[in-house]
Amino acid sequence: MGNNLNAWSEALSGFYLLGLPLGLVILAAIPLVFIALYSLTYGVYGERKISAFMQDRLGPMEVGKWGILQTIADILKLLQKEDIVPTSADKFLFVIGPGVLFVGSFLAYAVLPFSSAFIGASLNVGLFYAIGIVALEVVGILAAGWGSNNKWSLYGAVRSVAQIVSYEIPAAIALLCGAMMAGTLDMQKITLLQSGSLGFAHFFLFQSPIAWLPFIIYFIASLAEVNRAPFDIPEAESELVAGYFTEYSGMKFAVIFLAEYGSMFMVSAIISIVFLGGWNSPLPNIGSLALNDMTSGPIWGAFWMITKGFFFIFVHMWLRWTLPRLRVDQLMYLCWKVLTPFAFVSFVLTAIWEIYVP
Amino acid sequence: MQELDTSGLGSVRVTRKSDNVVVIEKDLATEQMVLAMGPQHPSTHGVLKLECLTDGEVITEAVPYLGYLHRCFEKCCENVDYPAIVPYTDRLDYLAGMNSEFAYALTVEKLLDIEIPRRVEFIRVIVAELNRIASHLVAIGTYGIDLGAFTPFLFCFRDREIILGLLEWASGARMLYNYIWIGGLAYDVPSDFLKRVSEFVTYFRPKAVELCNLLTKNEIFVKRTRGIGIMPADVAINYGWSGPMLRGSGVKWDLRRNDPYSIYPELDFNVAVPDGKVSVIGDCLSRHLVRALEMEESLKIIEQCISKMPTAEGFNPRSAIPKRIRPKAGEVYGRAENPRGELGFYILSDGKSTKPVRCKGRSSCFVNLSAMKDLSKGQLIPDLVAIIGSIDIVLGEVDR
Repeated sequence: MGNNLNAWSEALSGFYLLGLPLGLVILAAIPLVFIALYSLTYGVYGERKISAFMQDRLGPMEVGKWGILQTIADILKLLQKEDIVPTSADKFLFVIGPGVLFVGSFLAYAVLPFSSAFIGASLNVGLFYAIGIVALEVVGILAAGWGSNNKWSLYGAVRSVAQIVSYEIPAAIALLCGAMMAGTLDMQKITLLQSGSLGFAHFFLFQSPIAWLPFIIYFIASLAEVNRAPFDIPEAESELVAGYFTEYSGMKFAVIFLAEYGSMFMVSAIISIVFLGGWNSPLPNIGSLALNDMTSGPIWGAFWMITKGFFFIFVHMWLRWTLPRLRVDQLMYLCWKVLTPFAFVSFVLTAIWEIYVP
Repeated sequence: MQELDTSGLGSVRVTRKSDNVVVIEKDLATEQMVLAMGPQHPSTHGVLKLECLTDGEVITEAVPYLGYLHRCFEKCCENVDYPAIVPYTDRLDYLAGMNSEFAYALTVEKLLDIEIPRRVEFIRVIVAELNRIASHLVAIGTYGIDLGAFTPFLFCFRDREIILGLLEWASGARMLYNYIWIGGLAYDVPSDFLKRVSEFVTYFRPKAVELCNLLTKNEIFVKRTRGIGIMPADVAINYGWSGPMLRGSGVKWDLRRNDPYSIYPELDFNVAVPDGKVSVIGDCLSRHLVRALEMEESLKIIEQCISKMPTAEGFNPRSAIPKRIRPKAGEVYGRAENPRGELGFYILSDGKSTKPVRCKGRSSCFVNLSAMKDLSKGQLIPDLVAIIGSIDIVLGEVDR
């Protein structure tokens, strides 16, 4: 399998039309289209249906059969909306805010190996890049919150920045544990190291009992990084109206929404790459029944990768419709006094495990 | 000691440590920010405006501004006949219309000194207690939303819908009933009503427990409400608090027991007060718990009413309704236990007119809300939301 690694993406990047690197454009467009499609279907429609199921109601039912066209109708509505910029807003910041926010979450897709044959950019410091580039979102949020010139937006932005910057620490340390187990920061290599005929038994999560600790820490921290419940205090509806995007409407609002769903898949993908084998099939070969071999390959890889990502997004949604919201100080307490020390502990334990346990 | 001239330095914070040492921090001066919370804010439960003076996330002072929903209830009352006031009382606490009507009818009956048929009393208590459950369901559900838990809200509304359906069946309206009239009822209940109500009681009893557990067994919910907005019992009494708010502070005060009216003395129910095991007495969680426990007590009351109810044979719900209401000159104050506390009406009659000279409503929400300034001092914004939610105001009754 190793010899056809990144076959598709390399073929694409070598594709030129009239001397223009058209292949590179397509390479970048694929994750973009993916975000748009997944947000449209699973993100918006799926979340509404899942929440409806949890809340004993039907969800969208009017537009199309079972309301499947509801999202299309919503998008059309958003497109038609007047693009309002408040008169007292800082126009430049207000306009670039959603863009920067989206770019921040989208840039991380460059290093996500969607399949054994496809990765945007096979960086040897991919994981490090993914951790780092997310911080760009902070700039977008701050620009949106400050540029809106609204007190609630400002509160939301300040809360959000404090939250994201704080939670990056336990998140990064937890991911480092995974990187330590792999011995590399290359996302494609991390995934490759978890493949084998025993399926899920090769995943880092099942390789050492200690891996569960960073796995849980990263999952909690990633929830906070993408501002999802119970850490959705930057947009806390009942407190801050809508937080940093209070003043946004129309397509700008849609872009912020898209960025949120983009980040959700991004963190879900990272957790499944580092701890759950990314595009590797979880099915083991049982004797002559070669389930693992049957469900491996570039196309199956993309399937597994997206399925694992969607599973974690489902857990995000599940938590959102179940849990109340933490308070700002409780959130910081959880980060600095619980998650960060435990992240360090798991870091040390993983190091010891890697050295002394073969 | 001369004053320092800081005019050229921009925004500075000057701290005088001693006579000789003055600390000037440039660009570090922090200001308090005035934050207008409402009248269009998702968690002020209507059109309440709270003007908060904030230092970062900490609230130094929060002053409620009222009157956005003022509809001249008292002035209207002076211009219509006694029976015509009943629909207006529905619009006070629109989540518990039956209870408001009940309180008003009691007051005028006290003024007129008339005897009410026994079956009327039972039906009144049943609909009032059903409405109390519906009202508490809204209170608990929206409190969940205030703290970020969406799902309990929809569970609450699912069950409230059944109650509204029952009350609609009896009265013809979902919220603004005009059902309890002075001296009687608009109609008798439909023939199968009691059967359906007892079906609802059996259905709702486990649901109430589930709903209670959904929030009070949730670690985050408890963390957000436990020890927040503590109101000591003596201060609560001095503020004139009543209802679940006062009981949340540990005072066993319920007008259905302490100033009994209607058939409540014949019924067996407990006055719910928090035991202090889960919550700190007087905090937001206690108030929430009281409401959750009260739903169970209301179910008990409804069950007893159904079993003791006199038959409908020869019953006319309007038999005791006076043809023309013209009370003797005098004044009266009648009160009843509403879901939100004591709702009282003070009525002054001159003995000549069919309209009250003065009709004042004593609103529990208004009185409960008046403690906002004390409760909010030094709290964080999220806690302020938790406190407003625990007061459970209905702006229709606050502003009247």
